[in-house]
Amino acid sequence: MSQTAMLEPAIIADPMLPSPAVVRAIRPETYGISTFSLEYLDPAAPAGFAPGQFNMIHLPGLGEVAISICSDPNTPKVMEHTVRYAGSVTRAIGRLKVDDTVGLRGPYGNPWPMQLAEGKDLMIVSGGIGLAPLRPVILEVIHRRSSFGRVLILYGGRTPQDLLYTSEFERWQDSGIEINVSVDRADETWKGQVGVIPMAFYRIRLDHRNTLVFSCGPEIMMRFVIYEAMARRIPKDAIYVSMERNMKCAIGLCGHCQVGPVFICKQGPVFRFSEIEAFFGREEF
Amino acid sequence: MVGSTAPRVSATVLLAKSVLQRVLDNLHEGGFQLIGPTVRDGAVILDAIRNISELPIGWSLEQKAGSSRLLRTHATDYFGCTVGPHSWKRYLFPPHLDLLIAHRNGEGWTFEPPLDDSPPLAFIGVRSCDLHAIAIQDDVFVNGAVRDPHYARRRERAFILVANCNTAATTCFCTSMKTGPRAPSGFDLALTELPESFVLEIGSEAGSNALAGVDWQPASAFDQGRVAQIMQRTERQIQRQATTSDLPQLLYDRIDHPYWEAIAARCLSCGNCTLVCPTCFCSTVEEHSDLTGASTRRTRVWDSCFILDFSHVHSGNSRPTIKSRYRQWMTHKLAAWIDQFGRSGCVGCGRCIAWCPVGIDITEELSALRSLGAR
Repeated sequence: MSQTAMLEPAIIADPMLPSPAVVRAIRPETYGISTFSLEYLDPAAPAGFAPGQFNMIHLPGLGEVAISICSDPNTPKVMEHTVRYAGSVTRAIGRLKVDDTVGLRGPYGNPWPMQLAEGKDLMIVSGGIGLAPLRPVILEVIHRRSSFGRVLILYGGRTPQDLLYTSEFERWQDSGIEINVSVDRADETWKGQVGVIPMAFYRIRLDHRNTLVFSCGPEIMMRFVIYEAMARRIPKDAIYVSMERNMKCAIGLCGHCQVGPVFICKQGPVFRFSEIEAFFGREEF
Repeated sequence: MVGSTAPRVSATVLLAKSVLQRVLDNLHEGGFQLIGPTVRDGAVILDAIRNISELPIGWSLEQKAGSSRLLRTHATDYFGCTVGPHSWKRYLFPPHLDLLIAHRNGEGWTFEPPLDDSPPLAFIGVRSCDLHAIAIQDDVFVNGAVRDPHYARRRERAFILVANCNTAATTCFCTSMKTGPRAPSGFDLALTELPESFVLEIGSEAGSNALAGVDWQPASAFDQGRVAQIMQRTERQIQRQATTSDLPQLLYDRIDHPYWEAIAARCLSCGNCTLVCPTCFCSTVEEHSDLTGASTRRTRVWDSCFILDFSHVHSGNSRPTIKSRYRQWMTHKLAAWIDQFGRSGCVGCGRCIAWCPVGIDITEELSALRSLGAR
């Protein structure tokens, strides 16, 4: 670096600098959970994401949160984000109106291995809001249904009111996707299965030599999903999970999302189970 | 051979002690802000200096677990003090840094990156352990997939003058971590302090330029022999040891060991060790809004894995206990770091030992875990 360049002030283009994005639509999903469609204000902004990736949504003055992109990767201009109002930032997202502006950056993270699933049976096992990062997988499958074998969703929620995207289930089924839904606690309106989602494994048959499992939900649920899948001789290499940790930067610099040797934002959030087996589910690790 | 011409790169020269001021003057005139060790409030810290008289002359540091005391000595060494609580990371990876300013424009927001008008920095008296710590932070901030442009700019412009250690504290264990006491490379200038002069290695073109107009003579074999002798003496002073050959697996094999509870019973989870550590790089972000809500500054600040909020997610906290947080820090520093970046995150500077309010000693805890066996 030359002496003069060293002394010049410089504007630093931070990789954490968001771009303005507009709320195009808000769709209430269930109590305390809505889906926000966001589009970059700049039409030249790069578009494109892979199923399982996430964005950082920034509300100036409040903070930034990591939210999975849950829409169709084939229409990447407008990206949907299903948000549960859990903390100060997500509650403020809940107060947004159509046409409001937020800061957005992304997409980040390692996606679901869609190519590996081609020609195979795909089992999507998910609980609660964990279905959000798997919805792009489902929508991608529908686009190219014949590229995949049998596609089966096992989906569970605590109560019938906690289930997401229920209005879409019929369309998914019409596209040749099996859906097996259950709830932990039923009410008088519920006519479906009752029980935690790993129990759904006992109601199905699967071809362990030709099945890939994609799972996202509470870590305790994924532990038992992995247990049930392996009990049916699905190899560790064929099980993929999406992990969640506190994140501040999404680019592997802030240190928050480490689990043992991995950074969830950089090497994850989607991991092959055999990659993280030694550290997955270790208490308070 | 007296210095109207600057010595060539990789030469070793001898300087009269007072002549070091000329080197600092040259750097100052070249636009550098000088940062060096100086005594303040009963501790040796790093701060802006301009004159060699501001260096901690006549002081030495007595350090042990949970204690760091400055002692008056009769010595006239400029670099006789070992490392204090500050490390150079506070200049390359500042504790507070503006990342962006968001301005409200009508209904929406625009996001503006900040202007960095900070001067280039010259680090005066970098110890070998700390030089290795800078290289370790380079792995994190500039050698990975995503570069931190703030760190990169500060790092690229920094001038590094190393002071090889002619004394060691009882908390030092650089010989175990293979980071000292002598800096092998990666500096602009490296000095070793003799009683009446400095032996100076020229590590770069910038280092050579800093000697323009300075009186120097080539270091003789005898002078270089004295340097080697001093380094051997310092190495012999270092008593503390850490065995590293069985890492990272040693700690991975003890993730569920009950001994972590015994450490947690003493640990206050204050985060001092992470703040004084020259390699700890975790950060969080804060939003500072003005009263009208028209603009917001987003600031990156140091964070610590000992802070409860560090691991908060909506469904709870992934490290709710002190046991889990101490385990995270030590396992990351000594084990996971090797998987992540190909080398240990510990340089053996001993700061975390001296500045722990309850005197937890990472080298002792490592040996304790080793002797207790896998679990």
